[in-house]
Amino acid sequence: MSASENSGGFRIKGAGRHTPARTARFTFDGKSYTALEGDTVASALLAHGVHLVGRSFKYHRPRGILTSGPEEPNALLDVSRDAARRQPNVRATVQEVFDGAKIASQNRWPSLTFDVGGFNDVLSPFFAAGFYYKTFMWPREAWHRLYEPIIRRAAGLGEAPKEVDPDHYASRFAHCDVLIAGAGVAGLTAALSAASTGANVFLVDEQPEVGGALHYDAATTIDGQNGYDWAQSAAARLKAMPNVTLLTRTTVFGYYNHGFIGLAERVTDHMARPGRDLPRERLWQVRTKKVVIATGSIERHMVFANNDRPGIMLASAARSFLNHHGVAVGRNVGVYTAHDSAYEAAFDLKRAGVSIAAIVDCRADPGAAVLEEARALGIDVLTGHSVTDTAGRLRIKSMTVVRNGGSDTRKIKVDALLMSAGWTPSVHLFSQSRGKLRFDDSNQRFLPDIYAQNCVSVGGCNGTDDIAELIEEASAAGGGSVSVTAANRFEWTGGMIGAAEGAGPDTAVKAFVDFQHDVTAKDIRLAVREGMHSIEHIKRFTTNGMASDQGKLSNMHGLAIAAEMLGRPIPQVGLTTFRAPYTPVTYGTLVAHSRDDLFDPARKTPMHALQAAAGAEFEDVGNWKRAWYFPKRGEDMHAAVNRECRTVREIGGVFDASTLGKIEVVGPDAAQFLNLLYTNAWDTLKPGKSRYGIMTREDGFIYDDGVVGRLAEDRFHVTTTTGGAPRVLHHMEDYLQTEFPHLKVWLTSTTEQWAVIAVQGPKAREIIAPLVEGLDISNEAFPHMSVSECSVMGVPARLFRMSFTGELGFEVNVPADYGPAVWTAIRDRAEALGACLYGTETMHVLRAEKGYIIVGQDTDGTVTPEDAGLSWAVSKKKTDFVGIRGLQRPDLVRGGRKQLVGLKTKDPRDVLEEGAQIVADPNQPKPMTMLGHVTSSYWSENCGRSIAMALVAGGKARMGETLYVPMADRTIAVEVSDMVFFDKEGGRING
Amino acid sequence: MADLALNMATRTLPLSGVHGGSSVARLEPASPAARLSLRARSEDVAALSTALGIALPVKPKTSASSHGRTALWLGPDEWLVIDEGQGGLLQAANDCAAPHSATDVSHRNTAILVSGPGAAMAINSGCPLDLSLKAFPVGACSRTLFGKIEVVLLRTAEDAFRVEVWRSFSDYAFGLLSEGARDAAL
Repeated sequence: MSASENSGGFRIKGAGRHTPARTARFTFDGKSYTALEGDTVASALLAHGVHLVGRSFKYHRPRGILTSGPEEPNALLDVSRDAARRQPNVRATVQEVFDGAKIASQNRWPSLTFDVGGFNDVLSPFFAAGFYYKTFMWPREAWHRLYEPIIRRAAGLGEAPKEVDPDHYASRFAHCDVLIAGAGVAGLTAALSAASTGANVFLVDEQPEVGGALHYDAATTIDGQNGYDWAQSAAARLKAMPNVTLLTRTTVFGYYNHGFIGLAERVTDHMARPGRDLPRERLWQVRTKKVVIATGSIERHMVFANNDRPGIMLASAARSFLNHHGVAVGRNVGVYTAHDSAYEAAFDLKRAGVSIAAIVDCRADPGAAVLEEARALGIDVLTGHSVTDTAGRLRIKSMTVVRNGGSDTRKIKVDALLMSAGWTPSVHLFSQSRGKLRFDDSNQRFLPDIYAQNCVSVGGCNGTDDIAELIEEASAAGGGSVSVTAANRFEWTGGMIGAAEGAGPDTAVKAFVDFQHDVTAKDIRLAVREGMHSIEHIKRFTTNGMASDQGKLSNMHGLAIAAEMLGRPIPQVGLTTFRAPYTPVTYGTLVAHSRDDLFDPARKTPMHALQAAAGAEFEDVGNWKRAWYFPKRGEDMHAAVNRECRTVREIGGVFDASTLGKIEVVGPDAAQFLNLLYTNAWDTLKPGKSRYGIMTREDGFIYDDGVVGRLAEDRFHVTTTTGGAPRVLHHMEDYLQTEFPHLKVWLTSTTEQWAVIAVQGPKAREIIAPLVEGLDISNEAFPHMSVSECSVMGVPARLFRMSFTGELGFEVNVPADYGPAVWTAIRDRAEALGACLYGTETMHVLRAEKGYIIVGQDTDGTVTPEDAGLSWAVSKKKTDFVGIRGLQRPDLVRGGRKQLVGLKTKDPRDVLEEGAQIVADPNQPKPMTMLGHVTSSYWSENCGRSIAMALVAGGKARMGETLYVPMADRTIAVEVSDMVFFDKEGGRING
Repeated sequence: MADLALNMATRTLPLSGVHGGSSVARLEPASPAARLSLRARSEDVAALSTALGIALPVKPKTSASSHGRTALWLGPDEWLVIDEGQGGLLQAANDCAAPHSATDVSHRNTAILVSGPGAAMAINSGCPLDLSLKAFPVGACSRTLFGKIEVVLLRTAEDAFRVEVWRSFSDYAFGLLSEGARDAAL
């Protein structure tokens, strides 16, 4: 057996561009086949006479290969290398065969030839257009039992792999002067022209090689050679130019604003054994000054009864399979056409030795030149005839032909039927660029009209049919000049849109318009009859054009059928807008590098590694990783937190506070600016002192809080909450630039400049004292809320005397690179004295024991300083600050507002749930009147009981009252208290 | 306890020990440098230029270098000044009487040096800027996006860039640059 026979009995010796000796093995539904390198899955299967490749979406009808390109709606297959590298819904006409590929059909059970779902075809009267909308309305219960679990599952195509994707994907941004979409004759000519000017050119084509229509059109000669060969040599010339980037296997999937273009480059999907370094696909995001759209046109099918049997395909597809892949799609082939182009398919096949049963042309007067050639080749042509039906269960066996208007039918045996209703210009990218189309009435097609961006359409997608005009147009579009001479064999005439003979409004036949969504001409008429008059409504009612092929074949037919029913001209019915992506793009490509460690930045403090080594569990706070608690051997979280809480109050604790936001506010007007941004007064704060500040928004509600230290007359060190750092800086910058631009003050984020080590507890001073130089940190010289620059371990530092625990406390700020060394020294001192490391959980408990609020936990954007018990921090003397007017609003000063209070459960062992609702009477009928909710709740080891904070209506007037927290299984009684649960006198802070 | 205080703190650099890149784009952490975030109004630019010994650039996307100091234009009133040589940067700014804000950000930022024929392509794996020599010549700088983070980019030679990044984002920056460098070599 020779190699070419081995690669399929339908290979034609001498035809096609593949090398017979270079083979690849693959399986389809478990059966092994040999292909030639360069085959698509479609051409490889057809070479073995396999047409049946899938079942349709809704009716489970047997389907074959309809096209040879990305517009394929039928042949959607599951392609895999291994379990994890499996891709559903791959178009067989795009996927190249690689050695070892495992390919399977979809949407069938138990097998492709016998599919239980095919029963749907019999039931099809019940599944007409609008079935889903009508059925899913009622009853509600059916959603859970029938619609979601059964019907929707049955309706799906393909199955997504469950394994993690083992491939990686790359991403590149690029800029160019001219991007050309499509490398057929027009695109290559435009690229040669543009490149000759020295411009930076991107030439992009979705196929493995350049050439476009020259893949199938073997009759065109360019510059004295075969068109396809000219295309390859033009590509070689372009590749050699430093200003040209030529990308094949790359789809221009999106044309966005301002010349922003999305490209998906398929790097390894065609390779048998891709190198590990290679990404599977690469996302290109290109900003170009100009776009040349040279995307050609797509052939349309004929709309007639049972036009979807395996073996029925587009005429140009059959030419592609023959002229490029060397495969005959049948041995006795029929043609049904409304356009001259299909004749050339018959000529090519005939010359290759394939018998042509007949050319059935629905037109009375086809082009004279093709008629003459058909006669010369001895091909039977039936003009003024139509195909009104086909037969054959899993493959077409015959076509039924009738003279137009007549009734005498005759059956003609065929094993393949080629069809062409003419060509639809590919205006998808033009449409994506927001360009407006016009209807070319004489040729029944939409063409680019008004451009919204700097782009130009050339060739087939611009309706330019004559090849000499096309070359002139493309050369001009490139901006330079290039001399290319080309000639076609035949001029093409004809074309039709809408239903053909025998599939008109008076029939009930299944004449498919949209193959992927199983929409027939009848469905579109039903939509019109049910009152849909806009194409937008008809599309949604029937789902015509809404499959992943976006109606590349079906839109024009659907529109024409609707227009006929409505009795309105086509432009008045309208065309739906094409959206990106042009063809489906994998998630992997869109995600590119953003997975695993690069999914989102994980921000770590300078002391992260040391804390991890100390056994810390971490929690996410925004993008930060913060040490949560430090369990010792055998401790659970509860035990660890209880120990940390006790140790801090009894001896001391060390805490990483580096993530707190820090903003340096500098300038002669710094104090004045802070006066305007915070509710308290800052001009009275002396250098060397710090103060707790509240920031409200214009509406009077708390926005953020933090301690602000004054380092000098013109320099403040502002701290914010961890999560609030970026938005507080933006908020301040916003007011500075828009409301207070006259102030000489500047803001700089210094969050990451400083490593911050909080040392809290009775022994805090003893722990840090030996490390501090140049500063007396005694209680007298450096009392609570002092700040000073000093030296710690020989490093310039900022030392704050402050506390978020209610204990004697310091916060040591050192330049971040020194954080680990200083942390280590402080930790060693602390542990020698019996103190411990503590994390954010202990920090939360300790602050709650003191009634210190956390903005964002105890406040929710509707809490005023008064509500939070912080009215002491609102200056009564200032005449202006952000929020001063908001705070006077009637609703903010009325009685009965929710106020922050403490809650003590009657049973001290009960720990409330945060977020739980609070009521006065647990026995009232539902829905109960809610008084508020629990904002913070913890077990307090230091108090020996649970503690909680809550927002309660009129809370301050309810001290000592008993309220109730109804839970799912019981009701918990609580007593309203003040928020300070520990050290009510507050003496410890001044220790 | 004087002995403890004498125990000078040592530095731990954010990217210490990491290395990477590919045959066309080498990646290496930059040495520690003094950095200043400088803010001032236009009328005070001349005085500050004199004080710092470097003509602060006033044109967008440009930088100026002199005696180991580089000033990068980040905004109409904002510069990043990097000193890899003489030191005394903060003091020089503080000695200037013209109103301004000079804030030490030496430890806030770290930098990754990207060099080689594929340097621009490696950066373009996550940065949408046009890095052709025409649009982004030697000395050009920009505060821009790199993947999901903000960076300050400075072209130091035809095939070399300095990527300034806040320290907690440096792992992410190095990771994405490594991916870009690997892809640029293909």
